[in-house]
Amino acid sequence: MRGQSAVGMNGNFWDSCQSWDELVGRCREAAFDVAFPTVRAWKSAAADTGGRVVGCFPVYTPQEIFAAANCLPVNLFGGRGQIEIDHADSRIQSFVCSIARSTLELGLTKHLDAFDGFIVPSICDVARNLSGVWRHNFEHSFTFYLHLPQNVESEAAAEYFRGELERLRTEVAQLTGAPITDTALREAIRTYNRNRALLDELGARRAARPEQWPSSQIYSLAAAGNVLPREEHNALLERALALGDAQQRPKRDAVRVALRGAFCEQPPLELLDVLEDAGCAVVDDDLQIGARFFQQPVAEEGDPLAALAESYLHRTVLTPVNNPGKRSRNEDLLRRCREKSVQGLIFASPKFCEPALYDSVLLRRAAEHVNLPVLEFEYEEKMSVFESVRMQAETFVESILFFS
Amino acid sequence: MVGNYQFQGVGRDFQKNLLGAWYKRLEDAPKTGTPVAYLFISGNIGELLRCFGFELAYPEVNALQCGIKKIAGDLILKAEDLGYSSDVCGYVKNDIGLAASGNRGPFGTMPKPDLLVCNYSGCNTYIKWFEALAELYGARVFLLDVPYRRTGETLRREDLDYVIKQLEQLAAVCAEISGVKFDPDRLREQLEYSRAAEDLWVKILHSAKHRPSPFDAFFEAVFFMAPIYVLRGTKECVDYYEAAWKEIEERLAHHIGPVSDERFRVVMEGPPPWPNFRNFWELFKRWGVCCVASTYSKVGGIWDFGMRHDPTRPMESLAEYAVNCYTNWDWSLRRSMLKRYAEEYHADALVIHSVKSCRAFSVGQADVREHFSKAESLPTLFVESDLADPRYFSEAQIRNRIDAFFEALEHRRVAGAARPAPLRAGPASPTKSRQA
Repeated sequence: MRGQSAVGMNGNFWDSCQSWDELVGRCREAAFDVAFPTVRAWKSAAADTGGRVVGCFPVYTPQEIFAAANCLPVNLFGGRGQIEIDHADSRIQSFVCSIARSTLELGLTKHLDAFDGFIVPSICDVARNLSGVWRHNFEHSFTFYLHLPQNVESEAAAEYFRGELERLRTEVAQLTGAPITDTALREAIRTYNRNRALLDELGARRAARPEQWPSSQIYSLAAAGNVLPREEHNALLERALALGDAQQRPKRDAVRVALRGAFCEQPPLELLDVLEDAGCAVVDDDLQIGARFFQQPVAEEGDPLAALAESYLHRTVLTPVNNPGKRSRNEDLLRRCREKSVQGLIFASPKFCEPALYDSVLLRRAAEHVNLPVLEFEYEEKMSVFESVRMQAETFVESILFFS
Repeated sequence: MVGNYQFQGVGRDFQKNLLGAWYKRLEDAPKTGTPVAYLFISGNIGELLRCFGFELAYPEVNALQCGIKKIAGDLILKAEDLGYSSDVCGYVKNDIGLAASGNRGPFGTMPKPDLLVCNYSGCNTYIKWFEALAELYGARVFLLDVPYRRTGETLRREDLDYVIKQLEQLAAVCAEISGVKFDPDRLREQLEYSRAAEDLWVKILHSAKHRPSPFDAFFEAVFFMAPIYVLRGTKECVDYYEAAWKEIEERLAHHIGPVSDERFRVVMEGPPPWPNFRNFWELFKRWGVCCVASTYSKVGGIWDFGMRHDPTRPMESLAEYAVNCYTNWDWSLRRSMLKRYAEEYHADALVIHSVKSCRAFSVGQADVREHFSKAESLPTLFVESDLADPRYFSEAQIRNRIDAFFEALEHRRVAGAARPAPLRAGPASPTKSRQA
């Protein structure tokens, strides 16, 4: 990954951006274009050195291993509402979440022809089986199924997961034709730690002054990281933090909400705008959470794969698809809500996402137990009418402002 | 029938009695002070838990009982009232609805669990299910993490080692809860029974290679397989399969099978629609269809390719078993299995019953239809409904699809254009001497 720019010979776009709005606009262009222009640019710049591109299915994949090779890991979030499901329809049934179907559609319609492989973690029944469907439809491409351990409290899990990571290291090295050294891995871990710290910093600034850091805009900045090498994304985020402070926005009355359910399939960007227009200030969310998966930095010394395994088992944020072990999802969510002075909780689950839909029942009960108001609705990748959500959100905000 | 046949109906009746007695023991567990563990069918390590005196309960079996007794619909609605989405697994909702109704079902009253063993072989929904039950009952959960079996014929050493280490940890948890010390001899004794039952079960499964098949490997297998899933490791279970084999042997001797005139032999992929089980079977019977092999009968273990529980390698063979459940297999392995079944059992077609509830089964089935109907030229029928939720069973629509499919198949056969390989005669039926 080192040495090549995602934007080829033309330099990066963030240094030249003079305003926050311009930077956000450029990030949107890069992040939501399912022709993947930055990825194609990286691939052609890396052609001489045999650079490879690997698509990563949510929620979490250990991308440091790709980054340590001559490889660009790209987070795939389906068709981002921009493609019709046509070919994938005959391969995955309509009662399955959009992201599985539209990601397959991307592959079947050559949107991913700059990609050399695909990695799927064992987050749910759909993802697990998708790995086999993918391998069957793209026989000659690199497809890696990663088992993320669920028995996180077992001593055996650390050794097992380190083994999984070692297997990934070996196969990625075969893909690129060069071994992946511990030194390169440690460097990648440092880059990713920095990336997570910058994303967390954006989140912290938003929580402190939500009107200054609108959610859909910081979402776009984070989304640019899906299609850029992480060191470039780090530079972009540093620029963003500087520009964001420079542009002063008026304070507005809004209800502070936490958003949950969007850890895998992503809602349309408009949904975030609708929520904020309705008077919700999203101060905590699980959007694109894979990039912020660890609550503390991964150890930068010692055995890098053991460090990644240890982080996965004990330092993650809690989502419906990773096991909390001795921790509690309910308590974790309520603690975060207290810390961020959250006044209301929004469960926005993707249609047909079983893990989100199961958890929403338990989390809702826990929230109601402490009298935290809850709004629940479902979304789909290709959703285009938001009136119902807008109305629900406005009513939710009013009920909190006037009755809580 | 009684005049000519000594053993017909034994498989069904004996099974019913065994399950009735088992449910009675469960109902009595609070009175007898017997600890109760809940676990799942796929990859269940019941033999290990029984070493500690646990009585075993299987929420999936309760759910299918409610389905077949037609009370699942109401229980599912009850769970939806509690906040569960219409799009999540009907088995889970059935169980939550049951718990909210005092745990009283057609099988009696289910005792509360002392331990929830989430042996998740090929189903992440299992995890979400037991997370909900843990909260509901305040019971301890042990999550036995069983890695998915990936491509390749050999089992991965690291997967087995990981499962074995967790089994040892589970044994320690069981000892702590039950106060019973682990007795390796008791485990070996049970595994000996498991192996004996598995040998007999495989004989029954293989009998469907005969023409006519003496046994429906889907519609009848769901009854015949119950003891090996819930009572495996016991002497009664072996007794059951000895009796069931006699029934099959008798059918072979008399050249009889589940349909009076076997016209089509199919491989069935997917679970049954429990609330409409009879109707669904009838839709096939009227075309003289016999399911000669099925994948649903392998959800709790794939023994017909040689795998066995082994008393000389207790933990190792428990781990091998747990990894080898159908939905814990990658699709390349599942496709090979379907292909092998179609060939070895001389099937005319593949029928896929895709259920919304179980994504572990269904995601990938449409791709399988594409593969078999195109690359393998095996006529493939695809029908959709659900395993628990009666709202998804549209009889008229399913009947139309089934009728159209077998009509076309019959037409092809009459026109001489049918696929030649599956129509070859199967192995000869047993000779008359066997009857003597």
